[in-house]
Amino acid sequence: MRKFGFSISQTRSIDLDQVDFSHLDELKEIVPSFMVCINCGGCTATCSAQQFSDFNIRKIKTQFMQGQYDGLAKQLEKCMLCGKCTLVCPREVNLRNSVVAMRRILTKNSK
Amino acid sequence: MKYFNPFVLPFVIGAFVLLGICVFKYIRWYRSFDRVQRSKVKKNILSLKFIPAIWEAVMECLFHRKVFRRNLVLGYMHSSIAFGWFLLILVGAIEAELCVSGSKPFWVAIFYRFFVHEHTTEMSRIFAHIMDALLLVVLSGVTLAVIKMVYSKIVGMRRVTKHVLFDRFAKFSLWFIFPLRLLAESYTAAYYGNGGFMTQALGNLFAPIYHEYVEIALWTMYSICLAVFFVSLPFSRYMHIFTEVFLIFFRRMGVTEGDEHTGFTKYELSACSRCGICIDNCPMDKELGVQGVQSVYLLRDIRYKRGTEEVANQCLMCQRCSSDCPVGLDLMTIRRQVRTKETSLDASGNYSYADNIQAFNSVGRVLYFGGCMSHLTPGITEAMEKIFEAVDQKYWYMDKDRTICCGRPLLQQGFLKQAKDLRLKNQSMIIKSKAKLLVTSCPICYQSFTKEYNLPIKVMHHTEYIAELIKSGRLKLRKDDLKVVYHDPCELGRGCGIYNEPREVLKSVSTLVKAKNEREKSLCCGFNLGSTVLTMEQQTKVRDAAVESLMDKNPDLIATACPMCKKAFNHATTLQVKDVAEIVAENIFDN
Repeated sequence: MRKFGFSISQTRSIDLDQVDFSHLDELKEIVPSFMVCINCGGCTATCSAQQFSDFNIRKIKTQFMQGQYDGLAKQLEKCMLCGKCTLVCPREVNLRNSVVAMRRILTKNSK
Repeated sequence: MKYFNPFVLPFVIGAFVLLGICVFKYIRWYRSFDRVQRSKVKKNILSLKFIPAIWEAVMECLFHRKVFRRNLVLGYMHSSIAFGWFLLILVGAIEAELCVSGSKPFWVAIFYRFFVHEHTTEMSRIFAHIMDALLLVVLSGVTLAVIKMVYSKIVGMRRVTKHVLFDRFAKFSLWFIFPLRLLAESYTAAYYGNGGFMTQALGNLFAPIYHEYVEIALWTMYSICLAVFFVSLPFSRYMHIFTEVFLIFFRRMGVTEGDEHTGFTKYELSACSRCGICIDNCPMDKELGVQGVQSVYLLRDIRYKRGTEEVANQCLMCQRCSSDCPVGLDLMTIRRQVRTKETSLDASGNYSYADNIQAFNSVGRVLYFGGCMSHLTPGITEAMEKIFEAVDQKYWYMDKDRTICCGRPLLQQGFLKQAKDLRLKNQSMIIKSKAKLLVTSCPICYQSFTKEYNLPIKVMHHTEYIAELIKSGRLKLRKDDLKVVYHDPCELGRGCGIYNEPREVLKSVSTLVKAKNEREKSLCCGFNLGSTVLTMEQQTKVRDAAVESLMDKNPDLIATACPMCKKAFNHATTLQVKDVAEIVAENIFDN
């Protein structure tokens, strides 16, 4: 099959009643604008890290909102914090601070 | 003993305590310098760098040149107290030396009028008048300081620092020293007639109510006040009096702030006088009304070991405070030290994805680095490519397709290791390309390349490069009659000191008009990457203030030299916002 440079995630199911949203609640406190995202993907399209790797800030955001924290800390290490995502965001989501805050929250809770 | 009275004891003890604590602190701080800082001191301690350092110390610590430049009344207020008191001590010591023969303890100079009652010669009479005049100058300064506390506009300041209780305590003990000295000297003059024009006049009023015990009581209070000030000095903001001298010498020896909090940082923290000049023009305070986060408060909090990352994050890093600071402290680096992420997990990065980028052999070419932000303002990079082609300069646009960030945004947020990873990647690419000149369009990258990288080649911002092309005649331009106002980006202006080149370029293509706040005083566009926590609403408020300042002379066009500023202003005004490179590219003269 031809490779287009992107892949589609496998189908999976999440039981939202079982998910722990405490991390998300913490993040909402720090970055209230995190919740107004419309998933347009502008951030991911402009991302410098995305040009090199499978880093996908929209996917990370979605996973974080669904409480799927596995592997996120490792992914977030790829961010260069240049801030283009925040600048292009039509909903004025402060993604730059979200990245810093997500890392902080994930680090704090992994101990 | 002829020259002893129990009331001198508080003063003597206080003076020795002050000396002891200061020597102890200064030695301990010096011992915790890091290796680089210490080697700088060792290398330069016996060099000629001392001569300008002495000059600077005299100009700043005695004459307070920078404070005078800021505001004449503020300068007078500060130096009347500081330099006035210094002269009081100096002239007092000379007076005691010349007018009292034989050996005498050092406190005679301080309590001279109490111990020496007769004007033996004409000289001693003149000294009494000089001392009175000096005391009057100091008292006028104290009066101004009291007025400043309630009405700060008198010294040209929008607001004053909110001090902690301890600082206020030290301040009031300082203020009380001089009126008490006046009272004590006058009271003695009432009986012995040994005063100058002011103390004698006041003393004559006291003459009918003179009593020996009251005289002793006044001198005791004066001595206690001195002692209280001396003992509180090393722990309060008044530690800046001595520390600034050391700081000037260390700085001249080439010692700079490192990534970590060291003994040198302690010198810097103590050299802060908490004057609050940094609050005055801080956009966080001026436009957003956020208080308690400015450099003065951060430095105070760090010094008293309660500095928090929350406070350190509330800053755009526009460097306005560093350029205003009368002590010249490295406020940005100190703030960055607090932001440093220490836990290994959230401080590590993974940029192996950028390992396999190949450098293009660019011998004889100019290396062009657009920077992340320029990719959002493609007009700038296109303009630069057009300019390169117009002057037949071969170039390699090294981040045309894929950008590795310069690392400065990470550094500013305290991700030191990650920032270094990115720096090394770019650096090896730049070196491998074998080019001799690197031109960048982004002031953030430019500051990073010049200050944080260790590059063997010349680095230029595109405005510098274009200015050189025009000067050497390689680039011919048309001049149109548009009125253009230039916005100084923080990182390029205050950060790298480039103010003239963009203006020269703009003058050769258009009519340049002035903004209300220019050069060092330019306002931040609000989108500086130094802050992650500001909301868009706050950022636009800061931006609107900057735009307003640019509109002063009704320009037709706003020019800037930073993709970030361009992006910020684009939505804020009906005027067109263009980068210097874009304006130049539109006006290339081709025949």
